[in-house]
Order: sequence, then C-alpha cells, then structure tokens
Amino acid sequence: MAVLQSSVVVDSAAFAENAAHMQTQVNDLKDKISVISLGGHDRAREKHLARGKLLPRDRVNTLLDPGSPFLELSQLAAFDMYGADIPAAGVITGIGLIEGQECMIVCNDATVKGGTYYPLTVKKHLRAQEIAAQNNLPCIYLVDSGGANLPNQDEVFPDRDHFGRIFYNQATMSSEGIPQIAVVMGSCTAGGAYVPAMADESIIVKDQATIFLAGPPLVKAATGEVVTAEELGGGDVHARISGVVDHLANDDYHALAIARKAVSNLNRNKTWAVKRRDPIDPKYDSNEIYGLVPKDTRQPYDVREIIARIVDGSEFDEFKKFYGETLVCGFAHIYGFPVGIVANNGVLFSESALKGAHFVELCAQRGIPLVFLQNITGFMVGKKYEQGGIARDGAKMVTAVACANVPKFTVLIGGSFGAGNYGMCGRAYSPRFLWMWPNARISVMGGEQAAGVLATVKRDGMEARGEAWSEKDESAFRKPITEMYETQGHPYYASARLWDDGVIDPADTRRVLGLGLSASMNAPIKPTKFGVFRM
Amino acid sequence: MSHIRKILIANRGEIACRVIATCQRLGIKTVAVFSDADRDALHVEMADEAVHIGPAAASESYLVADKIIAAAKQTGADAVHPGYGFLSENPEFSEACTKGDLIFIGPSGESMRAMALKGSAKQLMIDADVPVVPGYHGDDQSLETLTAEAKKIGLPVLIKAVAGGGGKGMRKVYKTSEIGPAIEAARREGENAFGNPKLLIEKLLEVPRHIEIQVFGDMDGNVVHLFERDCSLQRRHQKVVEEAPAPGLSAEMRREMGLAAVRAAEAISYVGAGTVEFIVDISKGLANAPYYFMEMNTRLQVEHPVTELITGQDLVEWQIMVAEGKPLPLAQDELEAYMQGHAVEVRLYAEDPENDFMPQTGTIGHFDPFAETVAGGRIDAGVRAGDSVSIHYDPMIGKLIAWGEDREQAINALTNLVSETPVTGLVTNRDFLFRILSHPAFKKGSVHTGFIEEHSAELLQETVKTPKEYALAAFAIVASRQNRYSASDPWQQVDNFRVNLTATEKLWFTTESGAFLTVEVIEDGHDFTAIIEDEPFYAENVSSEDGVLTLTQAGLRSRYFFSADVQSVTLVQENRTVFLKRHSRESGADEDSDGPGTLTAPMPGKILDVKVKNGDLVEKGAPLLVMEAMKMEQTITAPKDGCVAGLSLKVGDQVSGGAALLTIE
Repeated sequence: MAVLQSSVVVDSAAFAENAAHMQTQVNDLKDKISVISLGGHDRAREKHLARGKLLPRDRVNTLLDPGSPFLELSQLAAFDMYGADIPAAGVITGIGLIEGQECMIVCNDATVKGGTYYPLTVKKHLRAQEIAAQNNLPCIYLVDSGGANLPNQDEVFPDRDHFGRIFYNQATMSSEGIPQIAVVMGSCTAGGAYVPAMADESIIVKDQATIFLAGPPLVKAATGEVVTAEELGGGDVHARISGVVDHLANDDYHALAIARKAVSNLNRNKTWAVKRRDPIDPKYDSNEIYGLVPKDTRQPYDVREIIARIVDGSEFDEFKKFYGETLVCGFAHIYGFPVGIVANNGVLFSESALKGAHFVELCAQRGIPLVFLQNITGFMVGKKYEQGGIARDGAKMVTAVACANVPKFTVLIGGSFGAGNYGMCGRAYSPRFLWMWPNARISVMGGEQAAGVLATVKRDGMEARGEAWSEKDESAFRKPITEMYETQGHPYYASARLWDDGVIDPADTRRVLGLGLSASMNAPIKPTKFGVFRM
Repeated sequence: MSHIRKILIANRGEIACRVIATCQRLGIKTVAVFSDADRDALHVEMADEAVHIGPAAASESYLVADKIIAAAKQTGADAVHPGYGFLSENPEFSEACTKGDLIFIGPSGESMRAMALKGSAKQLMIDADVPVVPGYHGDDQSLETLTAEAKKIGLPVLIKAVAGGGGKGMRKVYKTSEIGPAIEAARREGENAFGNPKLLIEKLLEVPRHIEIQVFGDMDGNVVHLFERDCSLQRRHQKVVEEAPAPGLSAEMRREMGLAAVRAAEAISYVGAGTVEFIVDISKGLANAPYYFMEMNTRLQVEHPVTELITGQDLVEWQIMVAEGKPLPLAQDELEAYMQGHAVEVRLYAEDPENDFMPQTGTIGHFDPFAETVAGGRIDAGVRAGDSVSIHYDPMIGKLIAWGEDREQAINALTNLVSETPVTGLVTNRDFLFRILSHPAFKKGSVHTGFIEEHSAELLQETVKTPKEYALAAFAIVASRQNRYSASDPWQQVDNFRVNLTATEKLWFTTESGAFLTVEVIEDGHDFTAIIEDEPFYAENVSSEDGVLTLTQAGLRSRYFFSADVQSVTLVQENRTVFLKRHSRESGADEDSDGPGTLTAPMPGKILDVKVKNGDLVEKGAPLLVMEAMKMEQTITAPKDGCVAGLSLKVGDQVSGGAALLTIE
C-alpha cells in the first residue's frame, strides 16, 4: 500500500499554537468527564457504599475482564440539563469485554437521583440497546434504579422511544439470539421490574436488591397489606419462590462473578467477515493531531495528515485522487481491519459528491466498513452549481451513504453543517457509532450564516415596508443568533442531547475506531440494495 | 569386577537427578522410575528411559521392591541406585537386587541389619571401641542398683520410664542428692500413667551437637573417612543447615572421630557410602568434648554435597566404582591432602516456618534448578517452575550449597545464593534460611541442636506485609498484563483503556487479619501509581518479564521476583518473600449463598427421622430431618449455620407440602 508522507513541520510555531489550543480543549473535556465519572454527590456515594454496594464504575470494572478496555458511550449525556446535575444521565453504558466476549453494559447509577430515568437516561439506554442490536452484542443490565423519574413522566413514559421501548428491545433482541442478562443489585421497581423479568438469565443480590411491580408504600395504599421490601421482592423471594431470577448472589462481587459465568456459557464465536492484516501502528504519532488542526477554523489543512495518524502504517490507497479533490476517498486498515475512508478536504462540489457516491458503492459491494471524517461547511452554493445539478449529485451521495449496509463510523473532526452532515453520514444515517472531537461544531449552518440569512430576511421585510434598519440595530439582532448557534453547535451541547456517542480525545481516535470496528464484526455484514440514484 | 553400563535409580526428586547427573558425566545410561504424580517430573525428563511404577502413594510405587526390580529387568539395567529414603536402607531390597543379578549400589543387607537394630548395634560399637551414650537398661530395678548406675554414668543423667513419653515419667538429675527422689517420682509416674514402673538411665547431654562422619568402604575391606559434617541445626528433628568441616573442631578430634567411624564401619565389613552419626556433648565446650555413637546411616546422605565440595570428590561416582568392585579411589592420607575450605548447605523446603514448619503444597511459580549460581555455589534440586509439591512426598524443593576458602566466605556465598534463588507460588522456608545464615550466633559458629529453638524470636519473626508490597504486587499483575500488548484485536489489548479517563484498575487483596484491601492502580504507559488508603506509591518504567518485576522509585532501580495468579501473588526481594492473598473475583457458584432460616416441606410426606432438637447448633449442610415423600427419602439439610428452633415434629408425623418444619436462627 502507498504510505502517506506528512509535510507538517512539527516544530513550527503554528503547530505549537494549534497543539496548545487543542490541548486546552481536551483538558477541559477530561476535567468535565473526570467530575462526571464520580457519579452522584458525596453523600449519595457514601450512603451507597455504606449499604455494602460497589459504586457503579467499580461494578462495571469488576464485571469486565481484568485490564480490558471499556468503550464508554455518551459520558456527557444530560450535561448541563434539567437545571440539575445528572452526571452521565444516571446510567453508564458502553462496550466491554467479559470472558473474551464484547458485551453492551448498561449500568444504573443509583447515586444519581436514585438511578431514576430522565428523558435522556431513557434515550441513552435505548441507544445502548440499538448499538447492541446492530452489532449483535450480548446485553448485561446492572440494575439499581427507582424506575421512571416521576416529575418528567410525560417525556419518559408514553411515546414510542420511551421507557417501554427498553423491554420491547429486550424481547426483540432475545428473539434474534442476542443474549439479555440482568443483574439486580439494588431496587428494581415498577416498570424496571421487567428488566430482570424480560431477561434471558437474571441474577439478584440477596438482602440488597429487590424486584417488585409496586413497593411497600403503594401496596399498603392499594390493599392495606403491610410487608417489608425484602418479603415483597427480595432475593430469596425471587430465587426460591417466584422464579423471577435464576441466580442468588451474596454480594455485588458474587453477583458479577455469576454474570461473568453466565456470559462464559453463551456459546458465541466471533468470526471476521473481512480480510484482516496484522495491525501496525501509524508511522506518525497520533498525538500530533493536536498540532494539525488549525486554531482558526476557517484555515484549511490537508485531511490526509489526519488519516496518516489514524491508519495502520499510515498506509492509504487513494481512489480518484485527482477528481473531486475536496473529498478524499481511499482504502486503509485500522487495527488490521480494512476500511474505506471518506474525508472532507473542503466544500463539496458535484464531482466530490459523485466520487463519494462511487466510493461508498465500492465499499458496500466489497463489504468494507466505512469511516467518515467530517469537516464540512456544506455543498457549494450558487447559480452555476444549482444549474449544474449539485442537489442531484448530493442526493446520489446521500442515497449511497444511507443504503450502504456495511458498518459505518463517523467522526466529526471539524465543522458539520447543513446537507454536508447528511452526505457524510451524520446521525440520521445510522452510523454504528458517531464521535465528535472537542473542536467540532454541528448545526444546520454556521452561526454567522444563519444570522446573515435571518438579517437579510428581516431587512428585506423592513425595506419593503419602507422602514430603516441601522447597522447598529442589525448587529444587535445578529449577535444573539450567532451566540445561540455557537452554544448549540458545541460538542458538549450536542453530546448532552445524545446527537453523538461521545466526545473523544483526537489522539484516541484510532483506538476508539478500532474498538468500534472490532465490535461491529460480531454481526455479519449484510449485502446492500441501493435505492434509485437520480441521474 | 563388573562394569556398570546402565543404572536404574529407585528414587525421585533431587537425589534421582543428582545420581543421573553423575551417570551422564560417566557415560552410564540411566533409567528413572515414576509414579502417577511424577509423570512430568524432572528426573523422568533427565533420564534416558523411564518406567511407570504405579499410583502416587509411595507405598504403591517407590516402596514396592518387585515393581522396581521388574523395571530394571525390563530396561536391561545392570545396577540399582536406591538414593536415600524409600528402599535405600531396606535389607530385603538390597538382597532382592543381588538375587536378581542386579548390582545394588549400597551395602549388603547384612550390614544394614547390623545397624538397624539399635541394641545389637550398640554392643557391636562397644566391642569396636566406639564410644556410645552411657546408660543403664538393665532388669535390676532396685533403688540401689539404679542409684549406683546413675553415679557410674556420671551426672547429669536422665531417668526415664521405659514406657514414658511426652515428658511424663522423666527426670533430669544434676546432684547426687536428687537421684533417689527422682527415681521414686519417675517410677510412680510410669506406674500411674503407663502401668509400667520400669526405668532406664541415660547420660544427659544438655548442649549436644550433631557431628557425623562420612565413611566409605570397598570390597577389599578398605575403609576411609571423608571427614565430618556438622548437622546440628534442626527443626522437628530434621536437618536444615549442614556444613563441613564442623565449626571449631580440632584436627586431633577430627582424626579421633574419623578413626572411630572407620572402626564402626569395619566392624560390620561395610561396603559403599555410609555415615556414622555422633552426638557431641559441648556443655563444657568443644575442645576434648565427649562424643557418642548414635547410629549409622547405610546410604548416601542428603547433605553429602558439603563433603564433596571440601574434598573435590563425587561421592556418587565413588559409590558406583565401589559397587563395580573397584578399590577406593583415594587413601586416607591422600584425602587429607585434598581437603580444602568450607562448605555450607541449606535445605529449601515447601513449609511454613511461622506455622510450626507445616509442610506446604502448591505449584512452583519461579524456581530454576539450573540457574547460574554465584561463584562456589551449587543447586541440587529435583523440581522446576510449574512442578507441583504434593502431599505424597517430601516437601523439599532443593538444596543450596556453597563453598568458600573459609567458613565466613562460604556463608557469604551461600547467603548470596539464597537471595538470588527466589521461589514463588507457594510458602517456603527461604527467608528463614536467610535469617539463620545472617544470625550472629550462627556466624560465630555457636551451633547446637537447640539453636533454632533458642533463637526462635529472631529466626521466626512474622513477616508483616507493608502497603508498599501490596502496591508492588498490584504493579506486577498489571505490568505482566501489559506484555500482552501485541494482541491483534484491539479488545485484547489489556491496557485498561477508558474513554477520556485515566486508565485505572482496582485490585483487591485480603490481609492477614482477613480485611479487604483495595489497591487502585493508575496506568500512564509504563509509569504506575498505586493508591492504598489514600497513600500513593509511584513507580516509573515498570516492566515485568519472566516473573521479574523491575521499576524505578525515586531514582532507585530495583528488581523483584514474583509470581501471580488469580488467588495470590508471591513477591521476593533478597531475603524477603511475601505471600499476598488476592480477593478472588471468580467465586461464582450460587450455592455460596445461605438459604432463609425457615424450612418448609418441599412436598407432602412423612417424617422418617429427626436428627436435631431445638437449641442444637448446626453447620450449613448438616442433615436435620429425613422425610419420605413420593416413595423417596429426602434429607432436609441446614441452609446456614445457626441454632435449631421451632421444631415440634416427631418420627411418623405427616406434613403437608409447604408446611413449616423448623427454623435455623
């Protein structure tokens, strides 16, 4: 394969300035995640520990194979939302290795509002299940939750993608042979009771966990019966009498050991649907990505410099290099997995879109996973381009991307604006995973452009009515719009709302993609049938 | 004279390996025998051929003469080397070999018998002018005779009831005036406790030393001695440290004891390697101290290497030559010229010195019997890494031996050898050996059979584990995992990768007190931080290869040997071995959990038996009731430890399904 040659001067002042700028953003990200990783406030954690329970992250770590990675999802979920601290939306989700098998882990954090489900908790839980379903990953639910968050019931309970969908997913995944295992480690009340009940195999911690449709207060109110929580739905009740659970554990460690044993009995085998190579590190250090991304987002840079720091051996066989040059397409390997890379190198023209559509078709035909590196202001605008049918060519690319049935991975490494987001496999195009770098921005268009559009519309209206609009007034009008776009386009805002699967350190891109690619191999790659391409 | 071409070694472990090594050097083929437990043992691997001789139990394998002789016949061996222990001092085996046209590399059955019977051996020695422990074993039990005999032996004496034991019926007598009352008291106790008033009197040796002489005889009736070994350091009546020559022994006394030993061997026309054991009374110092014959071992001794190192001879080679009918290679005066320097040996055992030297079993993590040793060092061992020390045989791992120009140099060399020979995976006496070698009294040569007891406070100090050692153990576990970085699937890359979070891992240990200890390890490439109860331990450049952990702390590079599995970590540095227990994650069986206290009838039936009553304390799993239901007997067992309550059933009662039977509180 052809080896990319970097032309970046790593000891230049500009490189250092870029690197420092990115470092600041990464530091801020890591500081925030470090606080989020603690979970609920001190008092809640102390109370949790005093009950002899392991903290949720320790539960996950104890469940996983020692030393193995954990591909955590959406750490920033519910960040700065609901007017309260809901770290990680009160649920830890991610892919981890158990007995050598990648599994989707969904772990409630009872130290965060009793582990109750806020709207984004539900969304995060459902997203984890969606990833599990797409990639054929066994699901392990570590349950410790008070159920739906009652003040937010209208956004949690009734709709299709609300609480009930969790159990729908459990049933349908189970029907597809995707194992569902529940470990009940705390309360598991009302609707939550269905998590273990719907599971293929379930475990409960004695004298600690409870499962019931209605807790003692509700029972008393409804029928006058006075019972303790343990009598109503403790471990002994469910393991010996009701049969709701299959295994009785003495404590968290024991329960997690039983869960590991349950996974070891799943009889699953991971086979590679692709032709793998031995992985080798890129020729260039991944950390150098920091210095590549210009501090000034309007400055262009060659995306091949990024590719050279992500792919095996910095080897990249480029496709149609001299045609539609604003889109870079080519074949490479990441951790030995073959991938087709589609990366922006400027605004999309018709040629770029046609090239992209062609390349995506190739990868779909050959069963090669696709990696999209998004840094896109949009499709080219103007009379010449509209007349040239850029909408038609853009549609071809969108059709190809939407229909391609190979695993798709998207990383927002810069701007993600307008229809560019669609053509480059934005969230709506169901990539298996979508990650953002901390410098990325996402919105329907740039803040300046949006303010400009709105100002023009307003000025046109005012002028039609014969009114005057001063420069000063216009700038006062534009400012909040620009600010709103800046806020809403920020990765934290995006990730808080689960428009992505997480904000990552650019230096981890290769590793995160590698883990995602490998996890995706648990599901067979299905053939693609494309829709009608507008010619 | 016959030429030996192939030897079957009727033994296992280090002595089998030791004999094979000499045979290999001499170009003699070897045959090993092995039990089920030794299928993959080192001696089997080293031998040219090996024959399976039965199950693990020695009584069904290594002790069965017929099987061994059959194995020799089967492989065409012309000689049998018995090693030590097992059949080595069994006269019938020696004779059976000879009868089967096999050369037995050892003395005749007749010689063995002569020494096996203590009473007749003693008389033989008296006749040969070899001093024996003075005593009176006569039938005349009158107070007068006993008193006279005690005086004749010379005070102090020990007056013992012949049937006595455990200190009962035993009196130490230091003054003439005490003789009478002591006899009366011992006789009374003997009568009361054992129903036998008969007494014997022996010379009381208050500060004894165990000094033995290596002798060798050939078929022409020549006998030489290869000087002495001091084996005074013993625990549980077993030797742990042996050396040659005996510290402080004069040339005159050496010559005198040597000659006495030669006379002993000549008295029984001894052929081959033998050891005459003497007990030396050093209560008045070693100079001209009285010494007495104890017994003669008619085989090669465990501690023979120290003699080899000071004489430059290979005693196994001597054994083979003598067995072939050749004359002794060296005469006594030649041996005197060969004798040089000092040698010390320690026996490395799988045993727990802190727990009354309790033998230990387990799998050896780190131990290399073929390791390059320090100058003058030698390792004789029969096990290597991965072998297990089982309940079936002696728990000795090997012997570490070192030679020096003088005693101090030999001790220093051996101390180095011990510290460079880590053993991991199971509890051993290694640190204890190190402490003996470093003890000032040992260095001074003040050895006697009560040495270990006398200095137990210093020698048997409990190893208190430090938080730093838990941190190192955690580093070892994590660093050994990093070795597996090359895995091709990024999921198998065991670096604790976490999205946007530092790679950390919590490891759990169980301390001596049974408490739970959490070690949090933060990985930053090869730089690790461990946090234990808020105290951080930082180390740079941590690496682990082949059970060796290296790291830099505050600029100091250090090295530890370790082995780690899911249950434990053994960490060794120089003189310190710590065995750390991990809190097991894989305890996974459901039945670990206790059931509820109240037991109900699983189905309708009749009570056949009630095995407990209210107030009984029962253990989990204990049978409580036997029921008959659906024509099947069913035993109801205790779901947890506790006290029986609420039981009002009796045999013959009919109970309905789900009826409460009793409660365990």
